[in-house]
Amino acid sequence: MSAIIELINIKTYFYITKGFFKTLAVKAVDGVSLTIHKGETLALVGESGSGKTTLGRTALKLVEPISGKIIFEGRDITHVKKDLKEFRKKAQMVFQDPFTSLNPYMTVRQIIEEPMIIHGYPADERERRVLKALSDVRLLPAEEFLPKYPHMLSGGQRQRVGIARAIVLEPTFLVADEPVSMIDASSRAEILYVLKDLQKKYAMGIMYITHDIATANYFSDTIGVMYLGKIVEYGPTKEVIGSPLHPYTKALIEAVPDPDPENRFRERNVIPGEPPSPINPPLGCRFNTRCPFVFEKCKEKEPQLVDVGRKHLVACHLHQ
Amino acid sequence: MMAVLSVKNLKLYYGTLRGSVKAVDDVVFDLENGEALGLVGESGCGKSSTAIALIKLLPSNVVKFEGEILFEGKNLTTLSDEEIRSEIRWKKISMVFQGAMNTLNPVLKVGFQVAEPLIVHKKVEKEEALDKARELFKLVGLPPEYVERYPHELSGGMRQRVVIATALALNPKVVILDEPTSALDVSVQAQIMNLLKRLKKQLHLSMIYITHDIALASDLCDKIGVMYAGEIVELGPIEKVLLTPKHPYTQKLISCIPHLKGNKMPEFIPGAPPDLTNPPSGCKFHPRCQHVMEKCKVNRPHAINVDGRLVKCWLYE
Repeated sequence: MSAIIELINIKTYFYITKGFFKTLAVKAVDGVSLTIHKGETLALVGESGSGKTTLGRTALKLVEPISGKIIFEGRDITHVKKDLKEFRKKAQMVFQDPFTSLNPYMTVRQIIEEPMIIHGYPADERERRVLKALSDVRLLPAEEFLPKYPHMLSGGQRQRVGIARAIVLEPTFLVADEPVSMIDASSRAEILYVLKDLQKKYAMGIMYITHDIATANYFSDTIGVMYLGKIVEYGPTKEVIGSPLHPYTKALIEAVPDPDPENRFRERNVIPGEPPSPINPPLGCRFNTRCPFVFEKCKEKEPQLVDVGRKHLVACHLHQ
Repeated sequence: MMAVLSVKNLKLYYGTLRGSVKAVDDVVFDLENGEALGLVGESGCGKSSTAIALIKLLPSNVVKFEGEILFEGKNLTTLSDEEIRSEIRWKKISMVFQGAMNTLNPVLKVGFQVAEPLIVHKKVEKEEALDKARELFKLVGLPPEYVERYPHELSGGMRQRVVIATALALNPKVVILDEPTSALDVSVQAQIMNLLKRLKKQLHLSMIYITHDIALASDLCDKIGVMYAGEIVELGPIEKVLLTPKHPYTQKLISCIPHLKGNKMPEFIPGAPPDLTNPPSGCKFHPRCQHVMEKCKVNRPHAINVDGRLVKCWLYE
């Protein structure tokens, strides 16, 4: 397998000013390395504020990292400012909210055609590709959807229009940022199967950003669990979900509601509290304020990601 | 057991330029004392409309509102707006709205916002109301001194707890919860579900829990009503509906749940829910049903008792 995109020790900070002179850094992503290969799906799982979306946007060069390297198809594009047209064509994004990410004044045809106009495709090619993209995302018969406006479509259909727009240029790298979180449970699987099929067809590398570890279980090959800007556990999906090591990963798995009528008689084991602010993350292990197994070392020294075998990496003092 | 709330043939239609939208169409259910009923279905199936009908918080374009909502011997559909406002809404039946944690007033302290219904409805002095707010904060797992805070000083999960405290302020019998956890992170969602379970037991509350996620409903509810296109198509104890679903729509909905254990891939329901200005003839689910028969396209199925639950499906008649 060849790598599509490689992120090396990426740090993305945002700066906020407090008062006149003070500037605080929000460490949204704080030293993350990962690689996505051709045809591979990497799921980034974590709660809001964990930096997963910022990491996705950094990989697409929508925000500038303060340090680290982005290598796309073998080329270091970290500091490239111009000459990105080829990259922009090959790296695409599917957004979370299908209700606000489509222009309400544009028809389905115009929405899907727009990226091709920007990249200078001739009219007949555009026509052919719009129809192909619509059938790729199973909006059939395609001709019927062309003149429709977003408000005439259901949430699931809108999201498929969003996917059609993303894949019409046949990208090699796709960032899907919570593509199903705003979709009815009854259509979620359909959207994910559409993405999976397209991935096979175009050998795309997909970065699947989600807070739902259950969908990541089906949809990804590799999983990275993020907490406060760091990857705390990383490895093949079956391995990580089958035998999670980090207490945070275990808590995420425990929090998934299983359909069982007995559930209502017991309380779930949940981790207390909510993620602390990334402006001033806890010293040592960032999870130490909520971890049920915390001991002295966790508050002093930050654990490093270490390989515990079977390609399974974890950053926790319990496993060093 | 006596039902606290008994709903019969409830109808709520909205008037639009394209005709009337049959958002709630002949909904029937009973809510027992201390019981949690889950109303489950896709978006646009009428679950939230059912909720606002129960507390008569109706938008101005309602063209039809009829049926019976029996509560403590009164039929709420026939009471005047003033009677509902002064006697029922919030005092007896309160509601946690979807996304309510983001609708807290940003310039008022949260304690005051919890105390407000007491001041308005019970004419309690402000100081006394704030004391009660502190008690309510303890009840929902917030430090009592947080009454002095503003909404922006609280995290999402804490704000959701404030909203739940507001709904409990007047000791209601029934609390309606509309997707109370949909905007929260999974770990916080589990915390709120634990809180709701505890409150239900401790206060002996009756709850109506609205969600699109049937797995989440199983975390709290004793009874499930599966809604499709304005109707309850299957209604019964959680064990029956979840473990041996009868209606093809319920069966599909359950097969959509992604599991962490096992290798069964989640399924999906092809097509979209129908346009409620012009719903399909016969059974409204027939265009998406895999067991569709000729009869389903013509006649509307009735609710019949099948193995301990009510089902509206021709397969069982």
